[in-house]
Amino acid sequence: MAILDILKLPDPRLKQVSEPVERFDEDLQGFVADLEETRLAGPAAVGIAAPQVGRFQRIVIVDVSGRPKTPNHGHLILVNPEIVHWEGYAIGREGCLSVPDYTGNVIRATGIRLKAQDLDGRETEYAMEGYEARAVQHEMDHLDGLLFVDRVVSRRTDLYRRKVYQT
Amino acid sequence: MPDWNMLTLVGADRPGIVSRVTRALYTCGCNLGEASMIRLGGNFTIMLMVSGERPCEELMAAVRPVAEELGLRIHLDAVPGGLHRHLVPNLQVRVFGADRAGIVADVTEILAEHGFNILELESDVAGDAQHPVYIMNIQGYCERTIEEVQTALSALSTQGVSVDVAPVDILIG
Repeated sequence: MAILDILKLPDPRLKQVSEPVERFDEDLQGFVADLEETRLAGPAAVGIAAPQVGRFQRIVIVDVSGRPKTPNHGHLILVNPEIVHWEGYAIGREGCLSVPDYTGNVIRATGIRLKAQDLDGRETEYAMEGYEARAVQHEMDHLDGLLFVDRVVSRRTDLYRRKVYQT
Repeated sequence: MPDWNMLTLVGADRPGIVSRVTRALYTCGCNLGEASMIRLGGNFTIMLMVSGERPCEELMAAVRPVAEELGLRIHLDAVPGGLHRHLVPNLQVRVFGADRAGIVADVTEILAEHGFNILELESDVAGDAQHPVYIMNIQGYCERTIEEVQTALSALSTQGVSVDVAPVDILIG
């Protein structure tokens, strides 16, 4: 077990897109244990993503079970997660281990359906809402090289970026 | 020892104020810190932290020509930096009602009595000139429970002011 170094803004590696996990082996298990230890060592983070410690694989950990009155699925290790359905949106304030001393408002879907594999490669589907759904979306952004600062909206006007449709 | 300056600039809004002012500061060798720049009514307002390595006179000399040209009033104070110590809000208070004198004082007095530290307050006057509506959004930190703050503010709702207290949840991921 080891506490890993967290990449911090403006490290360009945080913009890297992560690769799917293909081998569900002991190395993966060891890494996830280190990732969890790293999450717990920092300031009360409800989640962490593998690329935050410089491993560019599609792995996130989310655990919002410590927060009162919050629907949750307990401690989740999500490998190759994929959101298959979004609904609703809400503004919430976020911070990030990779962006110290800054918080900002971000719009996220309020409900998601998610497919992900576990450490043994078994696929599970989850329906999530609220805070847990927000945490998963925040962590999954890291897998695509996005930080919450890429999505921050104005407090004053609650604007959100107009969706750009590709033709 | 103050190592920063707080530069305040106010004037009629027009495009180009920020670029002209910040270019002048950069050319004079200054670094910029945190800032609030916003249009209030027809005025553009800037509160800007500027590193204090340059003497105040030099800084003023750099900004004054731009300010005069753009019709901006300037004010400069030496201040301590205090950066990298953001306080995190845990409560948000939203207020709206028919505009009348005293709303802000009434709300914030009650908050102050409860040890509520305002970290940010923004307010707008909506509606039209005949029927102005005052809308205020406060974020801050308070150790008292949300129910205590709500109860204390509820007296205001009988005066036609809508007050809502909500937790500010910060997700760290």
